[in-house]
Amino acid sequence: MAIIEVVDLGKRYGPTVAVDEVSFTVDEGEIFGILGPNGAGKTTTVECVEGLRVPDRGTIRVDGLDPRRDRTELRQRMGVQLQESQLPERIKVREALDLYSSFYPDPADWRELVVRLGLEDRRDAEFGTLSGGQKQRLSVALALVGRPRIAVLDELTTGLDPQARRDTWDLIEGIRDSGVTVLLVTHFMEEAERLCDRLAVIDAGRVVAIDTPAGLVSRVDSEQRVRFRPSRPVDEALFRELDEVTDVRLHGGRFVITGRGNLLHAVTSVLARNQVVAAELRVDQASLDDAFVSLTKPKK
Amino acid sequence: MLKLVRVEAKLFLREGASVIFAILFPTVLLLVLGAIPALRTPDPMFGGTRFIDGYAGTLVVITLAFLGLQRVPTTVATYRERGVLRRLSTTPLHPGKLLAAQLLVNLIAAVVAVLLVVAVGRLVFDIGLPHHLVGFTLTVLLGAASLFSFGLVIAALASTAKAAAGWATVAFMLVMFFGGAYLPRFLLPDAVNTVGQYLPPGVAALQDSWVGTAPSPPHLAVMAVIALLAGTVAARTFRWE
Repeated sequence: MAIIEVVDLGKRYGPTVAVDEVSFTVDEGEIFGILGPNGAGKTTTVECVEGLRVPDRGTIRVDGLDPRRDRTELRQRMGVQLQESQLPERIKVREALDLYSSFYPDPADWRELVVRLGLEDRRDAEFGTLSGGQKQRLSVALALVGRPRIAVLDELTTGLDPQARRDTWDLIEGIRDSGVTVLLVTHFMEEAERLCDRLAVIDAGRVVAIDTPAGLVSRVDSEQRVRFRPSRPVDEALFRELDEVTDVRLHGGRFVITGRGNLLHAVTSVLARNQVVAAELRVDQASLDDAFVSLTKPKK
Repeated sequence: MLKLVRVEAKLFLREGASVIFAILFPTVLLLVLGAIPALRTPDPMFGGTRFIDGYAGTLVVITLAFLGLQRVPTTVATYRERGVLRRLSTTPLHPGKLLAAQLLVNLIAAVVAVLLVVAVGRLVFDIGLPHHLVGFTLTVLLGAASLFSFGLVIAALASTAKAAAGWATVAFMLVMFFGGAYLPRFLLPDAVNTVGQYLPPGVAALQDSWVGTAPSPPHLAVMAVIALLAGTVAARTFRWE
């Protein structure tokens, strides 16, 4: 069942078109990603969903509500983590959580949230002394403290170190598993691939694709490359005659074989028949990165 | 809302500078000046009274000017710049309530500072309690209202927290000068004193109501109009983000 519906959304700032035409629906209980290059209109889109901006065109329904007209009601059902939004320097972690939980009619126990987000030993720390990852986790905690049905998280892991990023991902999966629908804005492929059930790729204010991460990857040319260093010289022709192979190159003793289908199996069979061992064997497959680049390629 | 006021009050108290300057400084200044024998001896130069009697109104000006023209505009502009107000507007609480809490905390600080000056003046230097209590209270409230609204106008119009601090400092210096904080009012030219009578927070009205007579209605009226105008401009031009 759709919990967020965005139809023909359009928004411009003066002469600049931020969102040209965006439509998508988010199902209840999924992690839905909005992926796109910088300036594609991702943040503007979610700000319209949050009711922070008034769209020029289009309709938005969130949990049956109109984000502008039913602002007050929506604010109780939606938790928001904003890009680059801070708290006062000197506020303590527990004060911020206690304060924010007082805004909601039926808040979560913030003491539990603190533990779940690994902030329990920073409870008495002032906001200004927290690390980037801790600030981000506090920000997620504040977004969840009102027991929202929907959490909107904008550029959640930007500026975090790899470990903090992975911890945050685990956290988001935990949120989804507890029944909250998550709308996630990101420009990290790895993050989208790991977390999102479905994705909308936005480019220049338009949706260019909506699919699962695997579905998006399968849209690009599924060419693969196998690289290896043979244990003894092998004749290139042995590979060229394979159906799966489209190209064979040999650079300084290393083979790069391009092809389709079950390429790796075909190549290793030839090697085995000739009693050749492949060292430094690597297989490159199309990734979400490739899908993203081909979907958002500048049109000439 | 109560929780918000409590948190804002804690944040206020954690800023050592604002506590020292807004709340303690006027009293400390009174003690320092009062420690100089010449300034606590009646002298025809001060109109037959003591210097410290004539300076009492100015002490209130210092508190109100610091809170209204330093604390309020820089805190509010910083909250906007750092997205604190924007963050709040995604919760059921209207960010306007944060501003209200902020003003309330500053008003409480002003009242505490004034009470402290009055108490120390009475106990240590035998300066009479405000004679015209209603007039004095009204003047303090109007002075606070007009300076706080003016501080909000600065926060509304300045594009960044830095710019707000800059403008606020200019306004602060002017109010301090006209209020007799740098040079005592009896040394200032008449023209300057006349401006000072009408400029918030109304040093003449504070002084008058403290030492005896009712504050002059035109002085109060001008402050009320300034408070109203500045409040309207602030409300019209304020940006939450």
